[in-house]
Amino acid sequence: MGAPLVIVGTGLAGWTLAREFRKLDPNTPIILVSRDEGAFYSKPMLSNALAGGRSPASLVTTPAEAAAQAIQATVLAQREAVRIDTVARTVELDDRVVSYRALVLAVGADPIRLPLQGDASAGVFSVNDLVDYGRFHAALTTGAHVTLLGAGLIGCEFANDLAVAGYRVDVVDLAPLPLGRLVPERAGRAMQVALSAAGVGFHLGASVRAIHRDGARLVVELVQVGSAEARRLSTDIVLSAVGLRPRTALALAAGLTVDRGIVVDSALRTNAPDVYALGDCAQVGGQVLPYVLPLMTCARALAKTLTGTPTDVVYPVMPVAVKTPAFPLSVVPAPQGIEGEWSFLESDGGLEGHFKDHEGRLQGFVLGGAATSRRAALVRAMGQTV
Amino acid sequence: MNTYLCIVCGFVYDESAGRPEDGIPAGTLWSAVAEDWACPECGVAKADFEMVLV
Repeated sequence: MGAPLVIVGTGLAGWTLAREFRKLDPNTPIILVSRDEGAFYSKPMLSNALAGGRSPASLVTTPAEAAAQAIQATVLAQREAVRIDTVARTVELDDRVVSYRALVLAVGADPIRLPLQGDASAGVFSVNDLVDYGRFHAALTTGAHVTLLGAGLIGCEFANDLAVAGYRVDVVDLAPLPLGRLVPERAGRAMQVALSAAGVGFHLGASVRAIHRDGARLVVELVQVGSAEARRLSTDIVLSAVGLRPRTALALAAGLTVDRGIVVDSALRTNAPDVYALGDCAQVGGQVLPYVLPLMTCARALAKTLTGTPTDVVYPVMPVAVKTPAFPLSVVPAPQGIEGEWSFLESDGGLEGHFKDHEGRLQGFVLGGAATSRRAALVRAMGQTV
Repeated sequence: MNTYLCIVCGFVYDESAGRPEDGIPAGTLWSAVAEDWACPECGVAKADFEMVLV
């Protein structure tokens, strides 16, 4: 038996690649290295689990051992990959050295932490994996007030989920509207209206300066843009969802090219032979796309490449879903560098926006509320224009 | 009528509602959904085992 395929990371990227690889190659050993238990679970469900009363344990779809057994893989759990030697073709873990035939970095991304002052700033939560979710879940007390930092996709999903689950929620963001980087203004405003109606409070155009302890509670100091005066918001728990930064330290130390993410070509190759990256840590064709569909597309292409059929990643039209029951959204953002205009239709409980370039070609869309049922039709319409 | 959950992304297929926008009429049983149908949220294939009974 030759050297194994070694996958560092057991998130959706690592497990999906392992499964797709096994479908094509029944024999080559697979080793997955995990920082945690290595269980397979749905990360997108972490921001939709409270309303359904899901405990952290119940979110595990398949425990690591069972997931590994199903594809004859080995999981090395609770281990850190500390060094890669791209010449010797080895990965050094904290307790052993593993040789690889091919190495795939699926190490994910770290939540961005805002620099905050105050004696409670270190106690800010973020939920980026099941372990984080467990901690957050344990700290939530019945009827607690939660302050969310960030009104992006994850911030909106958590706000909706928390509100439905009976918590009081306030959201703070520097941007003037929710989902600022993902959707046009009109859709952001509709999201704000829907979440407000669900009981979520918004503090937009505002930043958090400090978080202090106040007896058993916390006080968040907010500063409105253009104002020097701070407002105080009394809260029980602060959850940060201001974005992700690809984990690149391991790659960088190994001499791999790193920009915002680990730089890979269209076949997910890094600059070192037989070393690949995919998922939230990877920068593919200049883009870091920390969403499910790009990741699944990449995993399938990479499985082919690793089994002898070099395959470039070709992304289909990939709408991003914002799973906010108060106002579900499906969006293909307007591509950067293409000029055009948004136009909107509004119907009962729904919003439909089309982004067309100057030649009248559909280059992006947003669907909100009941209009999300038009998703497949618009994906088809876009497919015909590219 | 049952509902099935995509364990990768949380998408729910409800047999009673079907998926008319994908050409699957209301009332279509999961077993009758085409094998090449993919999860509209995450692209996971039906042929994989990632749908479970809710």
